[in-house]
Formats: sequence, structure tokens, C-alpha cells
Amino acid sequence: MSDQKKTKRRDFLYTVSYTVGAVGIGAAVWPLIDQMNPDRSVKALASTEVDISSVEPGKSITVLWRGKPVFIKRRTQEEITEARAVKLDDLIDPEKDEDRAKNPEWLVMIGVCTHLGCVPLGNKGEYNGWFCPCHGSHYDTSGRIRKGPAPQNMEIPKYEFVSSNIIKIG
Amino acid sequence: MNDHNYVPSSKLGKWFNDRLPLLSLSAHLSEYPTPKNLNYWWTFGGILTFCLLGQIITGIVLAMHYVAQADLAFESVEHIMRDVNYGWLIRYFHANGSSMFFLAVYIHIFRSLYYGSYKSPREVIWIIGMIIYFLMMMTAFMGYVLPWGQMSFWAATVITNLFSAVPFMGESITNWLWGGFGVDSPTLTRFYALHYLFPFLILGLVILHIWALHIPGNNNPVGIDVKKPSKDTVPFHPYIVIKDLFALLVFLILFAFFVFYAPNLLGHADNYIEANPLVTPNHIVPEWYLLPFYAILRSIPDKLLGVVAMFASIFVLVILPWLDTSKIRSALFRPLYRQFYWILVLDALILGYMGALPPEGIYLLIARVATAYYFIHFLVILPVLGFKEKTIPLPLSISEPVLNESSDVVKNNKMSTE
Repeated sequence: MSDQKKTKRRDFLYTVSYTVGAVGIGAAVWPLIDQMNPDRSVKALASTEVDISSVEPGKSITVLWRGKPVFIKRRTQEEITEARAVKLDDLIDPEKDEDRAKNPEWLVMIGVCTHLGCVPLGNKGEYNGWFCPCHGSHYDTSGRIRKGPAPQNMEIPKYEFVSSNIIKIG
Repeated sequence: MNDHNYVPSSKLGKWFNDRLPLLSLSAHLSEYPTPKNLNYWWTFGGILTFCLLGQIITGIVLAMHYVAQADLAFESVEHIMRDVNYGWLIRYFHANGSSMFFLAVYIHIFRSLYYGSYKSPREVIWIIGMIIYFLMMMTAFMGYVLPWGQMSFWAATVITNLFSAVPFMGESITNWLWGGFGVDSPTLTRFYALHYLFPFLILGLVILHIWALHIPGNNNPVGIDVKKPSKDTVPFHPYIVIKDLFALLVFLILFAFFVFYAPNLLGHADNYIEANPLVTPNHIVPEWYLLPFYAILRSIPDKLLGVVAMFASIFVLVILPWLDTSKIRSALFRPLYRQFYWILVLDALILGYMGALPPEGIYLLIARVATAYYFIHFLVILPVLGFKEKTIPLPLSISEPVLNESSDVVKNNKMSTE
């Protein structure tokens, strides 16, 4: 009986030592891993303000936000109608145009293909929206994925109209 | 490998060797018994060692002039090309050296596939080799990013975005890899650090690769074990050393052709445009040596599965020693495997070609068929073939076929002179 008890005590000590050791090593390794995450200076560039007064209907501008292109497109009435007429069942990643463009005239989205991160070209593709030259994804006038390998619609960043001519992204 | 009994002739040598047996090691390396029937496909190990050392030496020199910061990287490469003494030569050697390195490694791998060098008892050599190959691809990819041209930037974007396919954690992983919300200066700097580190990891693995090779000794074209070392082998030095050097010289002619006459042939003109995160080049392709994998990635219409298939295509190579059920090593004695081998070579070339073309219409279809065949070769054909194939009888020893042939030749010569 005493034999067995001794074994158990030793097992307990081993387990405790391994656990404490593992926690210690984890705590020591974490800073070495976390240093690779976006740093304070990168995060500090979190928002940017854009003057959109010079954008004509049907045209778009591209601005850099957090190192990524953001498309700001002033859509024509036709494009808006086209985007709003699409049935949700026809979409790969169903999302209403009303939810993507609060102000229907302005579509603000991150101009990065959700497949492997290329920048799609405007007014191209089978759905008159965007076309990604890298691997052939087609987006519609609302930036929603319609055809090709990309799994999701182009992302809408957080933005607001500071005044009627200025958009704040981020 | 009876070199434990090596005794240095000088007293100092003996004193030193008793404390650190480096002289025993060098005696082992020069006396190392090598099958005497090795052909020129066996010279690529030496050529690869040259390539690795060449890349390390030119790389260290380039690091003395290069600046790994997004605003300065592109300019510093141009500075190397225009201002640094012989900078153009060193950079062209390094850039084309990676292509030469991959050319040699592909020949080396396909030689193993043909002669069954991955089979027992050489599985560990093979697996270490595959790890080296994988590290080579990562090193080459990160090196390609450093000049910070358009192709550099977009290659980095596309490849790091592969990790965004990971369910749930995709975005945190990519942000961690980038050190930001997209490929940017922090990405460049860390790639540079790793690009400098990895070749030394490869060097360490090469030492293990050779160490593991020296336990069973070399495979050979007939793929049977050495029976009598005195009859079947020659010492590594001078026989193999001289042969390897000759092959290296021939290889260097090709190498020099690229460096001096076509230094940009294997590159892409878009990489002489500085990186611009707002514009993706119309047609982005990786370097030629990664094209087959790129074709596999693109032939699967689902993002996650495409990435999985690409990594799986390398993983099937790692477990190849257990997928190939045939006990016969050399394809010389496997008439069916020999045919499937050449189909695989063709398949790999087709995949490479399709990787360079846009993924549309007929190209996409061909790439899909070739991708499917690649996996069928390793996962279906090879396991089944080992049981079904009727092989040709093996010779009794390495010397036998050679001696018989030469005696035939002697007879023929006699007849012709008569």
C-alpha cells in the first residue's frame, strides 16, 4: 500500500513540474510570437478622411487605408438599380445592396479580392462591376462575388460621412 | 565504412584526432565506398552543394548593400546593380542561382524517383531531402519578395493570403504574418530576416542528409545492394570527386550562360516596377520552379481546398516510400513503372506550363486533369503497381552486368578484327 502511495505522490510532482514548466515556456515564448502582430504605429493609422467632392457619377477613386486600397465609387442610377434588382438566391455570399451601401450613390469598400488579395479592376467582368485579373473572380456593381474562386463579397470597411463631401474611413 | 581504425600518421594528428576525430571524418569521406556503376545523374548532389554554398556566399555579400525597408528596398537593389562594384554580377548570380538550384534539385529528385532511391533503407534520407526542398521553396519565395518590385509585392500578397483560407483564424494569421493589415514594410523586414536564416537551416539539413546517406551508402542504377565492396565500389576520392567536378563544370556552362547572356530571361519585367499596393499587374505568375504547384492551387475552384491540394501535393512526396509498394528499386527492372514514370514527368511539365497560362477554358481543364493524374499516380498507381507488376530479374551483383557486357564487347571486337 505504501509503495503505491509513493508512486502516486511522485506522479503528482511530475505532473505539477511539467505543468509549471509548460506555462513558463509558454509565457516566455508569447512575446516572441506577439512581436510579429501589427504594432502600435501600424494600428495608429486606423482612420483616414477623404474628400469626395470631385468624384463624378460613374467614376471611382482609390485611396490607401491601412496599406490596402479602398474603392470609393459614385454609382450611376443604372448601376444602383442593377445592384438592387439581384435576387439573394443568385448570390454566392448573399448580402443586400441596401446593407452594403447605406447611401446608394456611394459604394465604399476594400478593393481587395477575397480570394488571394489582388486588386480587382473596375468596370470589368461579366457583371459590370469588378474583375480580378489574378484568378478570375467577377464582382457585381455592389462588389459582391458572382463568379470565380473568391469565397466572399469585397469587404465594407467601417466608414461615415463627416459632411456631405468628406468620408471618414476607419 | 571500416574507418574507426583510421590512425593519423603524425603524432600531432593522432593527438588532435583522439580529442576531436575530424581527421577520421575526412578519411571516411575520402575513402567512402561508392558503387562503381553510378551514372551522371548521380553528380547532382555535388552540384547542389555548390549551388547552396554559392547562394550563401553571394547572399551574404548582397546583404552588405541591401536595405530591407519598403521605402528603400527597391532603390537599394538598383544601387547594387548600378553602383556597387560587381554588384550586377553578384546579384545576377544570386537571382539566376536560385533557378539553377531548383533545376538541379528537380533532376536530383527525379533521379531518385527513377532509381527508387527513396526506398528502404533510405527513407530518412528522402524525407530530409523533402524538408530541404520545402525550405528551399520558402527561401526562394521570400528572396523573390526582397527586391520589392511589383511581382515581389503581389507574390507576397497572394502567397500569404493562402493562410487566410484557414477556417476561423485566417485573418489573425495573415495579420500576424504581415505585421499589419496588408503586405508592407514589416512584412519585408521579417522576410529578409528569415531569408537570411533558412539557408543555414538547409545547410544543417544537408549535413544530416549526407550523414543519413553514409549509413547505407549510395543507391545505384541497378538498385541492388553492394555485395562485395572490393568488387562493386570505388573510393569517393579521387574517382567520384573528379567525376562530380567535371559534371559541375558542364553545369556551370549553363549557369554562366544565364548569368552573362540572359540574366533576366527567367525573371519577369514587371519586377523592375516598384511595388504599388494599389495596382495588381495584369498577369501574375510565380517563378518557373513553383508553377506546377501554382497550377494545382488554381485548378481547384474552392479556396480552402485549393490550398489543401497544393500542400498535399508535397506531402504525398514525403510519404512516397510507403506509397510505392514495390521492393524493386530501379525502374530498369520495372517495365510498367518506367512508363508511368515518364507519364509523371510529362504530367509535371504540363502542370508547370498550365501554371504559367491564365486559368480559363481549355487550360483550366488540362490543369485539372493533370492535377488529378498527379494524385492518382502517387495514391493509386504506385500502391497497386507493386503487387501487379511483373519485374525483370535482377542481376546478381553490381559488377555482373558490367563484366558480362565488357566481355561481350571484347568478343565483338575480336570478331570485327578477324
